[in-house]
Amino acid sequence: MDIISNLAFGFDHALTFTNIWYCFIGVLLGTLIGVLPGLGPVATIAMLLPITFGLPPVTAMIMLAGIYYGAQYGGSTTAILVNLPGEPGSVVTAIDGHQLARKGKAGLALFTAAVGSFFAGTVATFLIAGFAPPLAAVALTFGPAEYFSLMVLGLAAAVALAHGSIVKALAMVVLGLLLGTMGQDLYTGAPRFTFGSTEFADGIDFTALAMGVFGIGEIIRNLESAQVREPIKSRLRDLIPTREEFKAIIAPVLRGTGLGSVLGILPGGGAVLGSFASYSVEKKLSKNPVPFGKGAIEGVAGPESANNAGAQTSFIPMLTLGIPSNPVMALMIGALIIQGIVPGPNVITDKPDLFWGLITSMWVGNAMLLILNLPLIGIWVRLMTVPYNLLFPAIIAVCCIGVYSVSNNPFDVYLMAIFGVIGYFLVKLDCEPAPLLLGFVIGKLLEEYLRRAMLLSRGDPLVFFERPISATLMILAILALVLVLLPSVRKKREEAFRE
Amino acid sequence: MLTIRNPKDFFTGLLLLVIAAVFAYGLTELRIGTAYRMGPGYFPMVLTGMLTIFALILVVSGFRTDGEPIGEIPWRALFIVTVSIVLYGITLKGLGLVPALALTVLLSTFAAKKWDAKAAIGVTIVLVAACYGIFLKGLGLPISPFGPWVGGY
Repeated sequence: MDIISNLAFGFDHALTFTNIWYCFIGVLLGTLIGVLPGLGPVATIAMLLPITFGLPPVTAMIMLAGIYYGAQYGGSTTAILVNLPGEPGSVVTAIDGHQLARKGKAGLALFTAAVGSFFAGTVATFLIAGFAPPLAAVALTFGPAEYFSLMVLGLAAAVALAHGSIVKALAMVVLGLLLGTMGQDLYTGAPRFTFGSTEFADGIDFTALAMGVFGIGEIIRNLESAQVREPIKSRLRDLIPTREEFKAIIAPVLRGTGLGSVLGILPGGGAVLGSFASYSVEKKLSKNPVPFGKGAIEGVAGPESANNAGAQTSFIPMLTLGIPSNPVMALMIGALIIQGIVPGPNVITDKPDLFWGLITSMWVGNAMLLILNLPLIGIWVRLMTVPYNLLFPAIIAVCCIGVYSVSNNPFDVYLMAIFGVIGYFLVKLDCEPAPLLLGFVIGKLLEEYLRRAMLLSRGDPLVFFERPISATLMILAILALVLVLLPSVRKKREEAFRE
Repeated sequence: MLTIRNPKDFFTGLLLLVIAAVFAYGLTELRIGTAYRMGPGYFPMVLTGMLTIFALILVVSGFRTDGEPIGEIPWRALFIVTVSIVLYGITLKGLGLVPALALTVLLSTFAAKKWDAKAAIGVTIVLVAACYGIFLKGLGLPISPFGPWVGGY
């Protein structure tokens, strides 16, 4: 069995003392910061990115992945206990999870979320191990035209799934791509958009952009409307469900895992799609006398499994194709590039230790979450009530130290401040910053593939439609955009996002 | 007379137009090339063009569609947060981590709606001590705790 021997190889790397330690630190830090008010997984990862730069690539990625699950789990915990989902993936968890908590069943909801996530994580680990290598093998046959089309599809999907106006999302992608072109031109070495300053010679620092837009911008927004967070004071001791309750969650967990895994692989997917889809499926299938929205346990079990499965399978396109399907994966790709690794199908063959070590560490991380979180829930609850006035100076301090430490250049600190302001105004103007980050991260690669493809075709843009794989991807991308622009779909989409 | 009915769209468009103009200016120094042999300016030129089109659509939609007002902007918080971060960049090399971070954190606390002296000083002391411990002692970042401006190195 290939999968088994590969996974065993991965465990060899994931289970070294150093890697277990950093996985643990990542999961712990992720949860710790994830439960704090106003900090979702993207902001958490952006903030902690610089700490990982000094680590070897495998360890760094393992730690980042740990931070991701931790932050996500933290987000679910706040969703259940304070009805404030820290991240979009746990929006639907808040609906029934919080109602359960109000009925004194917070323990049950938390247990379900933890166990469902762990189960989904386990299944997703095997799925990645099974599907990633063949996908990478296919991707190895891709030429520049296919790659270009694939990236366009990824960006189109991100636009289609963004909240609000399509034109704004498109503009954000293009702005991200444009910011990504700053710095030296890959082919000629000509400085681009440096405006005579040497500070821009290497382009805009990825960490400064991510921290500014997602960390600092977020602070300014939170200061605008100070939220009052009152966690539910319910008995947390009754964690273990009764036999009937346990039976009720089995099927939703299985369905959620399946849905989440599939939707997580899609470009533009990730944790969010799966959790929404799972919630509506469970709502339709529910035989629970308690209606949805009033504290149905299925409404926690399904979406929580789905978002964790999706969070994990979204690593598949990132690791095998080098395409980020969501902002978290964009950060991961940014981290890989900083580590000197070009994300793409070559990672599996060139860096098997990184690939398999990371995958198996996901399972280790999920197991740690399960062991760590249920006993520590009391601490998390207390952290949730930290007043924001004490918290935001800490975020500023960590961001300042972090962004400076990347290249010991004060200029990056100024850049972060500027992107903080820009990020704030973008959100204020209803422009989602996620597509901007995606565009920024893959901008250089996209251009490289475009230029190579055009060289090979002698300047004929039809090349993208002549090669079958490339044509299929392009047509899918165009379909995705045309569909969301159709008036009928547009209406439904707006309704879906409002829910 | 045209009236702005959708301010969010209108100002997004305006902001993007300004950004596109800056990039268009930068493009003047770059060789564009042809689709076959693209110069350094080709891809950015296409992007700048696309950005301009989207920006114009948004400006037009600002006049033609109805939308919500932008709402209040917390100028004070925006200004203080930005200045406190910039201050860190300016003072770090001269003052060293401990005084620079203390200044930044203390200044940033004023961004809160209600400033509380006790809490502000407390959070500054705790944070600086924690960051000193974690980042200098723990992670060993190559930053001096006290810089030349305060008699350090």
